[in-house]
This record gives sequence, C-alpha cells and structure tokens, in this order.
Amino acid sequence: MNFAEQLPVLPIITPLVMAPVTLLLPKGRAPWAWATLASWLTFAACVFLLREVSASSAGFISYHLGDWAPPLGIEYRVDLANALVLLLVSGIASLVFPFAYRSVQLEIDERQSSLFYGALLICMTGLLGVTITGDAFNVFVFLEISSLSTYALIAMGARRDRRALTASFNYLVMGTIGATFFVIGIGLLYQATGTLNMADLHDKLAGNHSRVVDAGFAFIVVGMGLKLAMFPMHLWLPNAYTYAPSAVSAFIAATATKVAVYVLIRFLYSIFGFDFSFMGSAFTFVLLPLGLAGMFVASFVAVFQDDVKRMLAYSSVAQIGYMLLGLSFATVEGLTASLVHVFNHALMKGALFMAVACVVLRAGSHSVEAFAGLARRMPFTTWAFILSGLSLIGVPLTVGFISKWYLLQAAFAAGHWYAGFLIVASSLIALLYVGRIVEVMVLREPAEEGKYAIPARDAPLSMLIPMWIMVAANIYFGVNTELTGEIARRAAEALMMVAGGAP
Amino acid sequence: MIDANLAIPLALWAPLLGCVLIWLLDKSPNLREAATLVTGVILLGLAITVFAAVGAGERPTYELIQVIDGLPIAFQAEPLGAMFGLIASGLWLVNSVYGIGYMRGHNEKHQTRFFMSFAVAISAAMGVAFAANLFTLFIFYEVLTLSTFPLVTHYGDEKARKGGRIYLGVLMATSIGLLLPAIVWTYAIAETTEFTPGGIFTAHMDAVGPIAGVLMGLYAFGVGKAALMPVHPWLPNAMVAPTPVSAFLHAVAVVKAGVFSILKIAVYIFGIEFLHETGASQPFMWIAAGSILLASAIAMHKDNLKARLAYSTVSQLSYVTLGAMLATQMGVMGGAMQIAAHALGKMTLFMCAGAIYVAHHKSLVSELRGMGRVMPFTFGAFFLGAMSIIGLPPMAGSWPKFFLMVGAADAGQLAIIAVLMISSILNVIYLLSIPIQAFYMKPAEGDAKPQGAEGEGIKWGALKEAPILCLAPPMLTAFGAFLLFFFSGHLYDYLTPLMGGVHG
Repeated sequence: MNFAEQLPVLPIITPLVMAPVTLLLPKGRAPWAWATLASWLTFAACVFLLREVSASSAGFISYHLGDWAPPLGIEYRVDLANALVLLLVSGIASLVFPFAYRSVQLEIDERQSSLFYGALLICMTGLLGVTITGDAFNVFVFLEISSLSTYALIAMGARRDRRALTASFNYLVMGTIGATFFVIGIGLLYQATGTLNMADLHDKLAGNHSRVVDAGFAFIVVGMGLKLAMFPMHLWLPNAYTYAPSAVSAFIAATATKVAVYVLIRFLYSIFGFDFSFMGSAFTFVLLPLGLAGMFVASFVAVFQDDVKRMLAYSSVAQIGYMLLGLSFATVEGLTASLVHVFNHALMKGALFMAVACVVLRAGSHSVEAFAGLARRMPFTTWAFILSGLSLIGVPLTVGFISKWYLLQAAFAAGHWYAGFLIVASSLIALLYVGRIVEVMVLREPAEEGKYAIPARDAPLSMLIPMWIMVAANIYFGVNTELTGEIARRAAEALMMVAGGAP
Repeated sequence: MIDANLAIPLALWAPLLGCVLIWLLDKSPNLREAATLVTGVILLGLAITVFAAVGAGERPTYELIQVIDGLPIAFQAEPLGAMFGLIASGLWLVNSVYGIGYMRGHNEKHQTRFFMSFAVAISAAMGVAFAANLFTLFIFYEVLTLSTFPLVTHYGDEKARKGGRIYLGVLMATSIGLLLPAIVWTYAIAETTEFTPGGIFTAHMDAVGPIAGVLMGLYAFGVGKAALMPVHPWLPNAMVAPTPVSAFLHAVAVVKAGVFSILKIAVYIFGIEFLHETGASQPFMWIAAGSILLASAIAMHKDNLKARLAYSTVSQLSYVTLGAMLATQMGVMGGAMQIAAHALGKMTLFMCAGAIYVAHHKSLVSELRGMGRVMPFTFGAFFLGAMSIIGLPPMAGSWPKFFLMVGAADAGQLAIIAVLMISSILNVIYLLSIPIQAFYMKPAEGDAKPQGAEGEGIKWGALKEAPILCLAPPMLTAFGAFLLFFFSGHLYDYLTPLMGGVHG
C-alpha cells in the first residue's frame, strides 16, 4: 500500500478521523489548532489529487473503497470537475479555520467551542464526500452529514441572536425536504436500473425512457434545487446565512451551495446526459428561466436590505442564478462558465463574509449602520470589503470579471444574446447594493457614540491575514485563469463528452 | 534614450511607484509633491520616447499576461495612442503643478489621498492609450473610472456624494451594461479583440453585417466617457470636485480616454471602409451632431463658469465622435486632431476658472465683468483658450474644424457642415463673451468688487492674480495651443497611418 494509491480517500478520511478528537482536547486553543491542522492536511491532499488527475491519461482516478469493486462497492471517482470543487472547498476551509479563532471566541460559548470546530470539520467532510464520490446513494449520505452539522452550526449563532434557532429549524425542515426528494429520486433510479454507481447508472439509463426514470429525474432536480437555493426555493438561505456565526457564514456561503450546484451538474451531465428526453426541457423551461429570475429578483431584494449579511445572502441567491444560467446553455462554454463561477463566487463571498466577521468582532453588529465611516476605523477590513465587492460587481482584474466574461461569451456563442444583456443588467444591480455599502463605509462619518460607535482598531492579524489571502486570490485568479478557466474548460469538455453533445 | 518597448511598461508602473512614494511621504508635503513632479517628468520622458519611436515607424509592444486563452493584457503603441499618451502625460505634469498650487492655496484636506488617486488615474490613462486590444482597453478604462471616484467625491459632503453617485453610476452602468457585452460580442464573432489596421470585421461581413448598427450603438453609448448625449450627465455632475480634478477629467485623461476609445474602435475594430460601406455609423453621426448643438445651447444658459465649460466639453467631445462616425479619412483626421487641440484649449479654460476662484472666490460668469482689469494674464489666457475651442486661427482648434468640414464634404453630408458652422457661432457667443466682458464692461452694481475692477484701464500696479503656480500653467497651455497651430502639419503627417490605404 503506498501513499499515492490511497490519495483519493485522504481528503475524506483525514477530517473524518480528526474531527471527533477535537472533543477530547483541552479547552482553549487546542481544538482550534487541531482543526486548522486537519483542514490544512486536507487541502494538501486535494492539491496533490488535482495534480494527479490533471496528469492522468484517463482523465479520472477511480478508487474502490475497501477494495470492493464497483458497481457493488462504493467508488470514489475524481475527474477534473470534482477535483476543482474539492480544491475549492478544502482551500476555503484552510483559510476559514485559522480565521475563525477570534470570531468564535466572541460569538460561541467557550464550552461549545470544541464542538463547534468538530462540527465544522464534519461539515467540511460531508461537502468533500458529496463531491468526490462516484456513487449516487453515497452522495445522499454525505449530503446529510454536511447538512446535519450545518443545522447545528447555524443554531450556535443563538448565543448572539436567538433568531438563529428559527433560522436553523427552517433550514432543517427545508433541507430535509430537499434531501428526501433527492433520495426518493435516487430510489426511483435504483428501481429502474438496479444500480447506484454513477457511471453504471449512465450506461443503464441509456435508452431507458420509462415514467419511473422521468419521475426520478424530477425528484432529483427539485431536491437539489432546494439544497442549492434555486430561486424560488431559496427561502431558507437568507436567514440561515444572516444568523449563523460569522465564520460559519463565511464557510457555508462559499462552499455549501456550490457543492450542490456541482451535484446538479454531475447528475444532469454524467448520469442523465442529453440522450434523456427531459434534459432539453429541463434546461429551457426550468433552469434558464429560474436562473434569470433569481438573478434579478434576489439582486433587487438585496438592494433594500439593512443588514449586510442578509444583503450578501440574497446576492448569493442571485449569483447561483448565473451558475444555473451557464449550465442551461448546454454548451462547453456555458458549462465552463458555470464551473468557473462556482470557483470564483466562492472566493468573493468568502472574502466578503470574512470582512463582515471582522466588523462583527469590533462593532458587534452586521447592520449597515455599523459600517458607517468604517474606512477611518478599520481601513484594512474596509479595503478588503471594497475589493471583493468590486469582484462581486465584475470589475476587471478581479475574478468576478472573469466569470462575467465567460458567461457573456457563452451566452453570445450559444445565440442567447438577450441573456448576455440580462447578465450585465443584473450586475448593475450588484453595483447598486455594493456601492451603497461602500458609500456608507467611505463617505459617512463614523458614529462617535451610541450603539454603533466603534474604536479605531482594525481586526486582529489572525483574521486580517486569511481574509487578505482570500482577497489576493480574488485578484490573482482575476488575471491568471490557468487554474480556473483552463481546468474548468477541460472538465466541461469531458462532462460534455459523457453527456453526448448538445441536445 | 531607453528602448521604446521598455518605455511602455515603465509608463504604466512609474505612476504606481509614484503613488506608493506619495503615500510614504504623507508626513512631509514638500517631498510628497516632489514625488508627484518627479513622476510626472519621468512619465513625460517615457511618453516622448514612445512618441518618437512611433514617429520613426516602430510599433513598440509589450505583453503583460495572457488572462484567458487568446485574451492577453497587451500593449502596442500606434500614432493615435502615442499622441494621446503624450498629451495626457504632458498635461498631467502641468496639472500637477497647478494642482499643488490650488490645493495649497485652498488648504484642502486629504491631499495625500488626492495625489495618490491622480497617480493611479494617469497610469490607467497610459494603459488606455497603449492598449493593443479591446480587452486591455476595457480593463484600464474601468480602472480610470474607479481611481477618479475619490477625486470627484473629494469634499465628502452631501453634494459630492450625489455627484459621485451619478459619476460612478453613469460610467459603470454604460461600461458594464453596454461596452462589455459589445466587446464580448465582438470577441464571439471575430475571436479576437486586437486593434488591427483596417478593422477586424471585414472578414466577418456575414455575421457582423446585420448587427453592425447595433454594435456601433453599444460602443458609442457604452463608452460613457465620450459623453455622447444622453449619457453625458456624469460630466456636469463631476463639477463638484476641486478644479484640478475638473481639468483632469475634461482635458488630461478621462473624456479624452473616451473619445480616444471611440476613434480607436471605429478605425481599428470596425474599419473606416467597413463603416463607410455598411453605413452602420450614420445614425450616430446625427446623434453626435445633435449632441454638439444641444450641449452648446445648454452651455449658453449656464451662469456658473465651470458648468458652462462642462457643457462646452460635451459639445466639443461630440466633434471627435462625429469625426469617427463620418467614416471618411478626413473625418478621422479631424477627430484625432480635435483630441489634441481640445485638450490644450479646455485645459487652459479650466485652469483659468480655477485661478479666478482661488484669487477672488468667484464662480459665476455674471460676477466676472471688469475682472480682466485685475487679472489680465488669466483672462488673456482664457481669451486664447476660447479662440482655440471656437476654432479661430491662429489657434490649434481651427485645424480639426477644417478637417471635419472636409470630411463632411467627402461624405456628402452638407447638413453636417451647417451644424459645425452654427456650433462655432454658438461657441463665440458663450465663450468669447466672458473675456470681453471681463476686459470692457463695468462690474455690476452691488457686487463686492475687487479693487481696480471698476476703473477704465488695466492698473498694472494693482493686479490681483492667482499665485504663480496657478497662473503659469494656463498661460503655458494657451501658448501651447498657439504653437500647435503652426505645427499641425507635422501632426497631420504623424497621424497619416491612421487613415491607412482607405479611400474616402
């Protein structure tokens, strides 16, 4: 047994084994340090994995769990698409964990802090598991692992604001409905084909046009739609993001919905494929219009929010609209744009929620009022927010611009030129809501006294450094798309080949 | 002399380095200002290097990075860009001198931030000037918008916030909403955005032909900095800024970057011949003509001197757009020369307006009667600047008007010639009246008259001019506009490659 052969299982095994240990460690820094170490090791494994996949001639690595051969055994199947998402999730985690320490100290009861880090590690494990697995039922298992820990993590926000409890409960109900739909869908597919392995499902579904498969498809799309907050099934998301502890918001906003988008792509392209009769109509009548509607409605709602976290949450719903739009074009360019935006949006939202966490640390609030005159009080945090906000709008030299470029190019190339104009129109709404906060931060006078008066002291280095690494990533991947654009394009080509070209 | 290929990246980085220096020297204003000026001199030297190399037939290039496959951030200097680079860097130096005098004369706050933003903005302007493709141009165009935002909102009060909101709102909305889709559309059709002599669309006639008019419209209004009506409101609203900023916006970089982009797109993306054949630019020629007259008419009603000059700029910018949309050789030549001539003329006028404000705190045209007797040098410079804007010899502004008329005649658009004539008359009314009233009329009763303004002649002993740093720059640019009249032949030869082998 050598290391390289076991590489695909390491991103799952490492955090899964290390997570329970946090509970045994003494209170204080130890659980945090341990969890941070776990996230870094996982990240390293994911980096190696991406390099392996990128170099492999087959285009994917197949790992048989416990050496049980698929389709009976569980298979981990890593190709470029999920290697990219794995890198993203573990990368975000490896920044959020070091970042979280001061924020958690403030927001979480000390007795719960080791539970907190354990749950966050489990959540990360679940998300990575969903991404890496090549087994449809295994997706459900990991999805529940990540969801259950997320419910707990959001509820921990109750120490600062009791509304976190209802937010968490709401998410629990909606999330469970989504997961149930999803598992019903998988059950129906199993009934029709007798297999759960994704590659095997794809083979067996070819030419199978029964009502059972149609129903399974519908259940899966709706179930995942709930999990990824597809408009109008996004209602759980704003409260969950708003009332969760700051570090949790930063982590799940950057990863959870992205992983769900990935799962949708995986099921649509790698399992059903264009041979499946519903694919075309699902794209034209569901994903495209809902993506567009989400882009506008959610952006518009975001403009009127008085709470910055809630504003960013609505913006996330809108950004998911871009991803759905990209994949609904059913072209290599569109799929590339979706994957690139999955990656890029995680970077922007991660950085933005981190900046909010810094403000919460000093001002104790994430209301717009708390941001007044922030440029004088916390210049580094302010600039981090401004730069990642520009990225969200899609200003050149940031990742947001790259996303817009790919999406627009896909729209024009696919002949959906009207979608191109709608994309830029909705990013102008982003200009409105980001600009509003920036104006408050830069041009308003800071409150001298009262609830929102804050000392002229920036966030501690333990928060500033991870946040600025995230901001730097926003700029780095905005001028160098070798990793994102190039891999996303290769991944999209591979997915498209399996799916069987355009409908 | 350094290699011209190296001069391009240096011209981009030098101001950024200057910006860092300015930031580090925050505590000692004299050294900080020295950093600005040294940067300005170096930048001008670099721009001259590039200008000379292009004149010798070279096309210095520089590639920074390949962002997406086939979309590099790359630079290539050609005559139009080299000319714009030279004008921008030269006037930036003048403007910096003037800005230092103005900001100190006014004891403004946040001077460090002010000069830092200027440095970033001029770097972006250099990027626009030397961009080798639309993608690069767009990037620096946006950087220019963002870096000038702190300048426009410098005072930070409610008025500045409102002006800044409109400034950023209009410029970003047009650039992201119209220009970006236009560029991506162009890329989707032609698979390149590179500026190519003769244009890139000729080979894609079938794909572009039906939508050429739409694309041209996206570009014409998407380049909001060209202030083609009705996307002009950002310009008058940016008047809330200190005068050096207005000068920068109106003469040095911002609006010039706009009309420069329009010319560049017309010549190197569409190609004059393509526009001529498809007639795609015709509707926008009429819009530009309407913009010229309408803005002049509005300018006549403005009593605030800066607002009057702002609308005059809107009108004058449309001359360049008009030149591009005429789709003839001479039209392009007129548009290109107008960039240079208007820069010098409008720079002079704005700096004079600022000098008057610094010395006497007057900003209304009606308050300026008789002021020429106490500020003869300022109003003398104003007079020359106004002559150039109107297009009267022997000032530089007369040549572009001449070429535009020839271009209009070539295109068979006699109505355009009439528009140009009417516009010149309007210009005479609203611009020349200012220095004439200042020299010959008595101040209105009841005003707080500066001593000496009510007398008959100029009292040489009792002049009340602005400080020398505010006075010398406008006189210098006015003289420049005078000189350019005689050297326009050289400029014509220099810009000839723009017209390529096109027959008008």
